[in-house]
Amino acid sequence: MAPNTIEKSPADKGMAFGLRALNRFASSSTIDKLKLRKPAEKALYSTTKGGFKAAGAVGRQFTKQKGDKPARQPSAKSYGLFDLTPTDEQAMLTEAFGDFAQSELKPIAGQADHDCAAPAELLAQSIELGVTMIGVPEELGGAVEERSAVTSTLISETLAKGDMGLAVAVLAPAAVSTALGLWGDADQQATYLPEFVGENVPAAALAVMEPRPLFDPFKLDTKATRNADGGFTLTGVKSLVPRAADAELFVIAAELEGKPALFIVEAKTDGVAVAPEPAMGIRASATATLALEDVKLPVESLLGDADPEVYADCIRLGRIAWSALAAGTGQAVLDYVTQYVNDRVAFGEPISHRQAVAFTVSNIAIELDAIRLTTYKAASRADAGKSFARESALARQLTATKGMQIGSDGVQLLGGHGYIKEHPVERWYRDLRAAGMIEGVLLV
Amino acid sequence: MINLEYPKKFKPLVSQANMVAQELLRPNSRKYDIAEHEYPVELDMLRSLIEGMEDGAGMGAGAAGVGKGDASENGGAPKAEETGTKNGTNLSTALSIIEMCWGDTGLLLTMPGQGLGNSAIAAVANEEQLKRFKGKWAAMAITEPEAGSDSASIRTTAVKDGDYYVLNGEKIFVTSGERADVVVVWANVDPSAGRAGIKSFVVERDNPGLKLDRLEHKLGIRASDTANFILQDCRVHKDNLLGDPEVRTDKGFGGVMQTFDNTRPLVAAMALGCSRAALDELRTLLTDAGFEIDYDRPTAHQPGAVAEFIELEADWEAALLLTMQAAWMADNRKPNSVHASMAKAKAGRSGTDITLRAVKLAGSVGYSENELLEKWSRDSKILDIFEGTQQIQLLIIARQLLGKSSSELK
Repeated sequence: MAPNTIEKSPADKGMAFGLRALNRFASSSTIDKLKLRKPAEKALYSTTKGGFKAAGAVGRQFTKQKGDKPARQPSAKSYGLFDLTPTDEQAMLTEAFGDFAQSELKPIAGQADHDCAAPAELLAQSIELGVTMIGVPEELGGAVEERSAVTSTLISETLAKGDMGLAVAVLAPAAVSTALGLWGDADQQATYLPEFVGENVPAAALAVMEPRPLFDPFKLDTKATRNADGGFTLTGVKSLVPRAADAELFVIAAELEGKPALFIVEAKTDGVAVAPEPAMGIRASATATLALEDVKLPVESLLGDADPEVYADCIRLGRIAWSALAAGTGQAVLDYVTQYVNDRVAFGEPISHRQAVAFTVSNIAIELDAIRLTTYKAASRADAGKSFARESALARQLTATKGMQIGSDGVQLLGGHGYIKEHPVERWYRDLRAAGMIEGVLLV
Repeated sequence: MINLEYPKKFKPLVSQANMVAQELLRPNSRKYDIAEHEYPVELDMLRSLIEGMEDGAGMGAGAAGVGKGDASENGGAPKAEETGTKNGTNLSTALSIIEMCWGDTGLLLTMPGQGLGNSAIAAVANEEQLKRFKGKWAAMAITEPEAGSDSASIRTTAVKDGDYYVLNGEKIFVTSGERADVVVVWANVDPSAGRAGIKSFVVERDNPGLKLDRLEHKLGIRASDTANFILQDCRVHKDNLLGDPEVRTDKGFGGVMQTFDNTRPLVAAMALGCSRAALDELRTLLTDAGFEIDYDRPTAHQPGAVAEFIELEADWEAALLLTMQAAWMADNRKPNSVHASMAKAKAGRSGTDITLRAVKLAGSVGYSENELLEKWSRDSKILDIFEGTQQIQLLIIARQLLGKSSSELK
């Protein structure tokens, strides 16, 4: 007998046959006809394939406007001192969004995760708080005078402390208004930005990711070609686009003449289709696949002049935003496990009296602060007009590794209890996997 | 306003420290690694230079600069009332230590006049003592053969005899013990009171009761001498007791331990300097070998060595910002005990990790004595040990986060 083959006894063979039969039975439709399968087992979104619908079904028509010159938020004046104190304005906004996160997001996080949707009322409240106005220049009706990557970072963090999935749902349209505030020309700003500072703010999303392994945002499969009339044709597939089914406006990354670029795409445009794409986590953001088939765009849809630095900044600012979310969710993990390990008694005393448990809590606190500080640094450099490629990469590196470790430790510290949905740590585990991986979607 | 850059006003100081490191420490690095226990005479000229600077911007190449949350005004920048924050000597000292240890950690540790004892004096001495010990190089003697991390259980005793205390015991691992002018010795005036009885005494090096037993041979930081002392009926005047002479069970030990909230970020800074030396060298080696470090492309698309470099650099940056945060909090008199330990824990473990992995990536170039990478990976190990080991830092953090006493969370 060869050393690596495992000899099967007749009994083993019988068991193997039995398992195959069991599998066939379990996958047959017979048990469904007999109503043997519990209704809950039916996946909420089981028909992803072929489930594409035209996007922008309820969307508005954006009327083209002419602008004078593009408005930009200026950098804030700095004293050049190391400082971790937010400005009064930032402190006020963080408190308001923090209250919102704790009283509105946190209590419904589990349900929204299950439903793969954020309640419309909650999204409306976030608009009232001005979430889409943060990145809009003041002269166009924006809420904040100066360039506000740090402000957006603080808001993202505090929202994710309530719930990451709902935070993504809330912040998705803000990514589009921020992109227009940063890179839109006068006409683009005049056409779209009034909608984001008004009463009836459209759902909108920034789509970069594509469904392939080792996705590199600088090498896109989605292609844009120039048409004879000066416009563009877009073809490709975008993945994990939040609230895409309801969105009225997209900013979409596509390769134009060998370089990645950003395009403004109204959802009603022919050839734009959406299919639900529920994922491991951030489910409340109603992630979807966006299919673009010969989508014809006018010349004014190109955002940021196809400048490679604009595109690179978009990717970097997205990474900062995801790190901010990881900092918020990481804080939720730390707060939760701190309480749990003190309450949970084993072997006659709280498990927090064991170094193996206590040190895990210490390490969560250390790496969480590390993610937070590197994220703040990247954002503050963006606000100051300094380069932030290095800083956003380092924050993302920590988010991908230590942020996930925090999620994993959160479940581990609760043991079996961490694995069941009675506790939120399993959701945070799923959400934190997204934070160091997803490209685009958000902007600070 | 949130800003995590080096303060503009410290830039000249940092650049000066870097120059000293480049011109004076690096060139002597290998020399005193080989000639262990030999006094680095090159440093004498630095002493007067540093002392001159200290009265100004707080060059504080060593630990002496930090004291009772001493936060000098914002230099040329607007006053704190206007800016809402202070950048003082805790931060400036940390930043200059990073530069100096980028030069050489062992030599920084034996910088004349810059002992850990100077920190203790700055933190707890009264006005008269501050004046009397000004300009003295002060070493710190805490550890004993049977008391390392559990410094509360030290056995050295101090018995009152008229105007004097009589000290008896054994002290090990005293950095700069041979070279210093005075040694700050921890001893218990009332062992029955436990940790509350622990006081620190300034003992002159030429006191006949303070006997140098031996100098240690070490894994790294060989330029810095590590002395063992025997205290035998060592008579110390009562005016040399630092802080409150009374035994108070309600506080006492906490006062002695306070020193560490200010010095832990400085040891973190040492680890940052030492590991940045390795990181800088590794960057050069990788670049020369044709690798480009691209921060924008996902690391999964880059060569393994580049991905590893970015991973190490992220840990370094994290440790830097945690350290700056802890120092900034001290400057602004915010309680920073947890943050000081977080900085020390992160910088300590990252320092070892970065320097050792730099050796691995550099291969024989890293491992050979022809270059300094192997030395930095030996030097860095101590920085995850002294001023509280990694494990002690994690304990301090956990106790405070979880609200546990040392008897509950042992």
